[in-house]
Amino acid sequence: MVRADFDRNLEDLVSELFGLGEMVEKAIVKSMDALQRRDLAIAYEVVAEDDLIDEKRFELEEKCIDLIATQQPLAIDLRTLLAVLHIAVELERMGDYAEGIGKICMIIGEDEPTETPQQLDQMARMGVAMLQRSLKSLMDRDIDLANDVWDSDDEVDSLYDSVCHDIFVEMGEHPKTIEAATHFLWVAHDLERIADRATNISERVIFLVTGRIGRYKPPESTG
Amino acid sequence: MAVIPQTEFQRRRARRKWMGRAFHAMCLLSVCIALGMLAVLLAYLLIQGITGISWSFLTGFASRHPEQAGIKAAILGSIYVVVVAGLVSFTLGVATAVYLEEYAARSKFAKIAKINIANLAGVPSIVYGILGLQIFVHSLHLGKSVLAGGFTLALLVLPIVIVAAGEAVRAVPPSFREGSYALGATRWQVIWHIVFPLAFPGILTGVILAVSRAIGETAPLIAMGALTFVPFSPDSPLSRFTVLPIQIFNWTSRPQEGFQEAAAAGIIVLLVILLMMNAGAVILRNRFQNKWD
Amino acid sequence: MQDQGPILQTRGLSVYYDTKKAVTDVDLDVARNRITAIIGPSGCGKSTLLRCFNRMNDLIPSARVEGQVLFDGLDLYGHDVDPTEIRYEIGMVFQRPNPFPKSIFDNVAFGPRINGFKGSIDEVVEKSLVRAALWGEVKDRLKASALSLSGGQQQRLCIARALAVEPRVILMDEPCSALDPIATLAIEELMRELSEDYSIIIVTHNMQQAARVSHYTAFLMVEEARVGFLVEFGESRQIFTNPEDERTEAYITGRFG
Repeated sequence: MVRADFDRNLEDLVSELFGLGEMVEKAIVKSMDALQRRDLAIAYEVVAEDDLIDEKRFELEEKCIDLIATQQPLAIDLRTLLAVLHIAVELERMGDYAEGIGKICMIIGEDEPTETPQQLDQMARMGVAMLQRSLKSLMDRDIDLANDVWDSDDEVDSLYDSVCHDIFVEMGEHPKTIEAATHFLWVAHDLERIADRATNISERVIFLVTGRIGRYKPPESTG
Repeated sequence: MAVIPQTEFQRRRARRKWMGRAFHAMCLLSVCIALGMLAVLLAYLLIQGITGISWSFLTGFASRHPEQAGIKAAILGSIYVVVVAGLVSFTLGVATAVYLEEYAARSKFAKIAKINIANLAGVPSIVYGILGLQIFVHSLHLGKSVLAGGFTLALLVLPIVIVAAGEAVRAVPPSFREGSYALGATRWQVIWHIVFPLAFPGILTGVILAVSRAIGETAPLIAMGALTFVPFSPDSPLSRFTVLPIQIFNWTSRPQEGFQEAAAAGIIVLLVILLMMNAGAVILRNRFQNKWD
Repeated sequence: MQDQGPILQTRGLSVYYDTKKAVTDVDLDVARNRITAIIGPSGCGKSTLLRCFNRMNDLIPSARVEGQVLFDGLDLYGHDVDPTEIRYEIGMVFQRPNPFPKSIFDNVAFGPRINGFKGSIDEVVEKSLVRAALWGEVKDRLKASALSLSGGQQQRLCIARALAVEPRVILMDEPCSALDPIATLAIEELMRELSEDYSIIIVTHNMQQAARVSHYTAFLMVEEARVGFLVEFGESRQIFTNPEDERTEAYITGRFG
């Protein structure tokens, strides 16, 4: 088989990307867990482990650049390498948001009495699901699955609006909770960004499969 | 880990070296023998004949008396006949070669023609003499003249010219032809501007070979009626004639010692003329070849 | 700037050598003042196809052409078309540089001279050498033998020679395959300059070259029957990032051929 080495390199690269995806998924779940349980130790771990995520991303980037320089990739090979490059960056940013949540958890402290808004947990779960789906669409080269991710993004956006509204109301009624509430706003922002990045990943998957670059366009619907 | 043990290698190398040297020595020996024989022949000729060469020898006519033997008629006859043969065979030969290699290349006709031409080169030269007698002397009423002799020899050497010219034309790289066709040249233009100039050195080689052969031919010219005793210079294309080989042969068959000397002198003259003609052609060929490098 | 339509078109073009079909049923539009590349594995008929455009296949006695090749609407294989006339309009540069064993000047002047050019040969030679980006290097030694030039220079000389007869189309049959990488890049740059005034068709083995240099690319292939056919044709940008046919993709990613 011609280019067997190159094929193997590409496969390994994509596997490592999934590995990075798993690391990021764990980081998000862990950070939310720390927040829910006000567990500073776990929060600290999340922040420390983000370095590993960053390292992994740079490793992937280097390998992509290497293959682009030495293999003269064209067509599907080129698109694959570019997609891996972009998705690695998106994943690393998602890891940064998870780290952000961990840091906020450390700021909030162990004994903050204010309740964590329950939308946050929902947003987090949806975000993780979107991440999983976008990575699965990459594994299966499935454009339909990639497209589905946007539906969930709308839900996350409305959850974001809802939690922001609730927090503002709370802030107005109980001024003493403003500091804590602000922190939760940040968490909500981070979670909304996580979901958004997942849609970016889907865009890259569509690019890989179809060669189309551009913003998501919903499929033509009748009415 | 060596596939073949070292000791085996040693032996082979030594033997190859030895064989190489032996082969080299053999070739050198062959060259020495060939050149040596040539040198001996030339030396003998020079010794025998150099005294015979004098102005009167060169400008005098043949005579029954050896001391008055002159070679003028034979020189002129040879030159005229060879010039005619050269021009005719050059023209016909090149045209034939060009046709067979360019216009009719790879056709069945060309293949058959080339085989036949190659065979003609092997026909005994006396046959051409008889042919010449019948066609040129009698049918075309040219008489036993210089012209008829020239034409006869032209036929004889024609295959040589055709084969050499054919090879020269074939040796022109197809890339030059393609390049000129691609510029919009017609077939004729490609032949005239590209093929011909490039093939010219090779064609000249063919002409040299032909002329060298022609100048030494005796039998066919005797058969078509060249004289052996000519006390006059050939003064027109239709006059009778003799050539150097015939004159030399005539002298060697005489008993007097003086004629033997004359014969040797005649051979020297023949060789000198041959060398001069060849040198001229080689100079011409080199001029063309250097132009292209 | 395609308002004048394609300069060359083939319709159902097939080429036979005796009874064996070499290329089958090609429909191709060659864009005006653009570079069109023809790529494909060995033996797929790229050169055969290219040589249909200037009727160089006529020089091969066993070659036979079916279908049409239209040059601005005129069928090149029509009854009263003289092949030598076509070759003034459609020139060719070959794989191995083949300058004639004459001087640089005489090489470039050859085309105009045999076509009965009446104007100033000196001007034509200079203009052609300038356009082929060779003038500066040879202007002081026009009488020198063409064979004294380097490979890349010789190929540019061949391009100048082709330009001297003012063609409208230049066919290039793997023009860089005998050259070193620097000379290759010089020729590629020259091609892009020339494409503003001439329509160029290049046959190439080198995928990256086709991607670098051409505006449009045609991909030819053979199957078991050993007959070449057109698989895909389109803008090079598309062919090399997202081809439509999977066979095209397999070839350009080096997975076969």
